[in-house]
Amino acid sequence: MEAAAEIKDHYRSDFERLRDGLPGGRIPWMKRRREAALARFAAQGFPTVRDEAWKYTDTGVIARRTFTTASPPARAALARGDLAAFTIPGLDCHRLVFVDGRIAPELCDLDALPAGAAVGGLAAALEGDAAGVEKLLGRLADDDGNGFAALNTAFMTDGVCLRLADGVALERPVHVLHLSTADTDGTAVHPRNLVALGRGSRAVLIETYAGLREAAGLTNVQSEVLLGEGAELEHYKLQQESAKTFHIADTGVHVPAGARYRAHGIDAGGRLVRNGVRVRIDGAGAECELNGLYVLAGRQHVDNHTVIDHLKPDGVSREFFKGVLEGHARSVFSGKVIVHPDAQHTDARQTNHNLLLSENAEADTRPQLEIYADDVKCAHGATVGQLDPDALYYLQSRAIDEDAARSLLIYAFANDVIGRLSLEPVRSYLERTLTERLLHGRRVEDLI
Amino acid sequence: MASGTQNLDELIGKEYEHGFVTELEADTVPPGLDEDVIRAISAKKGEPEFMLEWRLKAYRHWTTMREPAWAHVHYPPVDFQAISYYSAPKAKGEGPKSLDEVDPKLLETYNKLGIPLKEQEMLAGVAVDAVFDSVSVATTFKDKLGALGIIFCSFSEAVRNHPELVRKYLGSVVPYTDNFYASLNSAVFSDGSFVYVPKGVRCPMELSTYFRINAQNTGQFERTLIVADEGAYVSYLEGCTAPQRDENQLHAAVVELVALKDAQIKYSTVQNWYPGDEEGRGGIYNFVTKRGACRGENAKISWTQVETGSAITWKYPSVLLEGDNAVGEFYSVALTNNLQQADTGTKMIHIGRNTRSTIISKGISAGRGQNAYRGLVKVLKGAEDARNYTQCDSLLIGHRCGAHTFPYIEVKNPSAKVEHEATTSKISDDQLYYCMQRGISAEDAVSMIVNGFCKEVFKELPMEFAVEAQKLLGISLEGSVG
Repeated sequence: MEAAAEIKDHYRSDFERLRDGLPGGRIPWMKRRREAALARFAAQGFPTVRDEAWKYTDTGVIARRTFTTASPPARAALARGDLAAFTIPGLDCHRLVFVDGRIAPELCDLDALPAGAAVGGLAAALEGDAAGVEKLLGRLADDDGNGFAALNTAFMTDGVCLRLADGVALERPVHVLHLSTADTDGTAVHPRNLVALGRGSRAVLIETYAGLREAAGLTNVQSEVLLGEGAELEHYKLQQESAKTFHIADTGVHVPAGARYRAHGIDAGGRLVRNGVRVRIDGAGAECELNGLYVLAGRQHVDNHTVIDHLKPDGVSREFFKGVLEGHARSVFSGKVIVHPDAQHTDARQTNHNLLLSENAEADTRPQLEIYADDVKCAHGATVGQLDPDALYYLQSRAIDEDAARSLLIYAFANDVIGRLSLEPVRSYLERTLTERLLHGRRVEDLI
Repeated sequence: MASGTQNLDELIGKEYEHGFVTELEADTVPPGLDEDVIRAISAKKGEPEFMLEWRLKAYRHWTTMREPAWAHVHYPPVDFQAISYYSAPKAKGEGPKSLDEVDPKLLETYNKLGIPLKEQEMLAGVAVDAVFDSVSVATTFKDKLGALGIIFCSFSEAVRNHPELVRKYLGSVVPYTDNFYASLNSAVFSDGSFVYVPKGVRCPMELSTYFRINAQNTGQFERTLIVADEGAYVSYLEGCTAPQRDENQLHAAVVELVALKDAQIKYSTVQNWYPGDEEGRGGIYNFVTKRGACRGENAKISWTQVETGSAITWKYPSVLLEGDNAVGEFYSVALTNNLQQADTGTKMIHIGRNTRSTIISKGISAGRGQNAYRGLVKVLKGAEDARNYTQCDSLLIGHRCGAHTFPYIEVKNPSAKVEHEATTSKISDDQLYYCMQRGISAEDAVSMIVNGFCKEVFKELPMEFAVEAQKLLGISLEGSVG
């Protein structure tokens, strides 16, 4: 108990230290919100395994340490050349770069944005259009839901702010790089992203979270995605943090009538990772698709936690999560679909498949349905297992050696998710980086 | 098939058939719970010291616990100090030696329920350990079982006559620290059934017990312990009804099963406690802990349940698959109508190698009923080649009910194969239309479809239960369509 109080005092004093320097520090409503969020954090603390939603993810390793929010760097920490490792070859895109939670304008490319599109950092948006941001920010936040979200609201520094007017189609994708440069343990960044698309508008957002050095830092992200009627967003999240980083993310999404939200979360990095996604299907014909792939080894722990609320009739939701686990890795999938009383004709499907490749890997899965309407189509399926011996035998009987046969099957298993991404450059990028990892450096072409 | 078409409203409005109260003088402990009440219960039952100690340890642990809130059910808080923890039909001198000596009023109650003991004794070949409130009043077929060395008696009798067995197995599957309601039960349990089947013996008949809640404000805290020694087999049936009440009644039972090497236990339940009226008034709170342990190689435990009653059901019959090649099975039909709530399912814990488990759960929600399946399949590190197959199907009837599925799957061994499937559906207009076109009334069609939906579970029930279960579903459901 005392230790917990000390930790809370630590965040309070860290907050006092930074307060005036945080974005929107002079805007009264922002100040009030930050204070209120810090009070909520102090009241609830970090979640524990006794919270049903965190049953399989022990955040004690985070709660026991003290993380200090990264201060604004005195000078540019990175040069353009440093980005090469994180950019996607062949992808023609707008680019935003955040280093340790703050925008690095000299690294951004935001040329040729169409009229009606506002793309930039949240901190700048707060300076330029506080009233506009006030209407949007915090509407889908989960500050009451868990301590991490509250902490993010109290400390949020910067992140992407993507706003499109009605009917605007942003043809080129926006690639956002969130990079951490800390080389010592105990540094926290609190990125905050805000996406608001007007009626019938369209955008593709790709987020990359990566660390340049191995350090036990904390990345605590919160994102809010507000879609207008008929709007479409394809949202990629590529998590490639360092092997020692704690990455906690929460995304709230509102999908009204006719709108479509497609998300793809690919987790390859991080020590302890939590991806929370909460989607509100709130109108006729609203659609949501969540795909996930996690490829884990060592002592990695990745928890995908999704809640989809079907509030109105005729909504469609699809979830497709797959994982490959080696070493002592542990994966958690927790998917909840709630069909509210009036949401008739809802069509929801939920799938989670896990491949355990080692003695010590562990997969925990909870696909959950809460249904309060009778005329619905809901199904879920989950499996945990290893490679199919029949398939292995089949390949071996065709003169493919066992090692190559295994690699091929693993590749096919993972590629099921990658194949669902619509951007070709991202697909090839992932195929290359992930399969290299999966197949321990071998190339698929060489196997056949 | 029922012969005629009954009016829908008549069916919906059907009163609970078994709602009546037998006027009996009950020997009741005043409401409230403290150590003195526990000492009093233990003294009344003439228990040995070790039982009292165990009860007190359980009570002390219980006082440190909080009521669980994770289940998907809602109800006003239970005042545990307002419950009377012991109620027994007043004994007239010595205990009854035969059915003739049993209080005729009691026998009448059972007659109204359609389970006349004498008839059962003669016709069904079922040995009944009838529990009226808290104390067993009649036990039949004891001699026949005794010849085979099978012990089938009330729990208090077992404590007196077979303390070594009770001491060895009591709490070995559900420890007194297990959960809030199990701890409460351990502290105050009044009576229940005890079965011991010796090595290599196959119990020649289905063992059965009927539970009744009678005296007002009396919690029912049954404790059942079944031990099947190496190579033994036993099939146990449990069924219950309760009289109509406006006040909620708490039922917190504990059932422990122990199957040693090569032993098999089949435990079947038909539960139709009073579910409350259409507005959700009254009805039983059924908070039960049931667990079996497969303690040796090739042991098998099979749970089959048909849950149609109770205002709230909170029940997860589980199997600990400790021995290699052990098998666990769970077949369940849970039905909720009106304002009933059910949060039920199972836990299959795979510990030994090559252990297998099957879970088939059928949930039916009608009216404003809420039906949740909550199940855990856990494969521990040493459980090489463990295998689980789970299927959860929900059927929704009406647009104000709910069907929920909360499976938990935890796998720590890569050779395990775990599969979970779930579907949710409703009885489609096309299906109904097809049947009605062929001259089958709407209710009959629904009953037919529902029975088809539950077939996989019903076929696991012993014959006499299967019939009762189908009838129960008919009564509880037919009226809710339209």
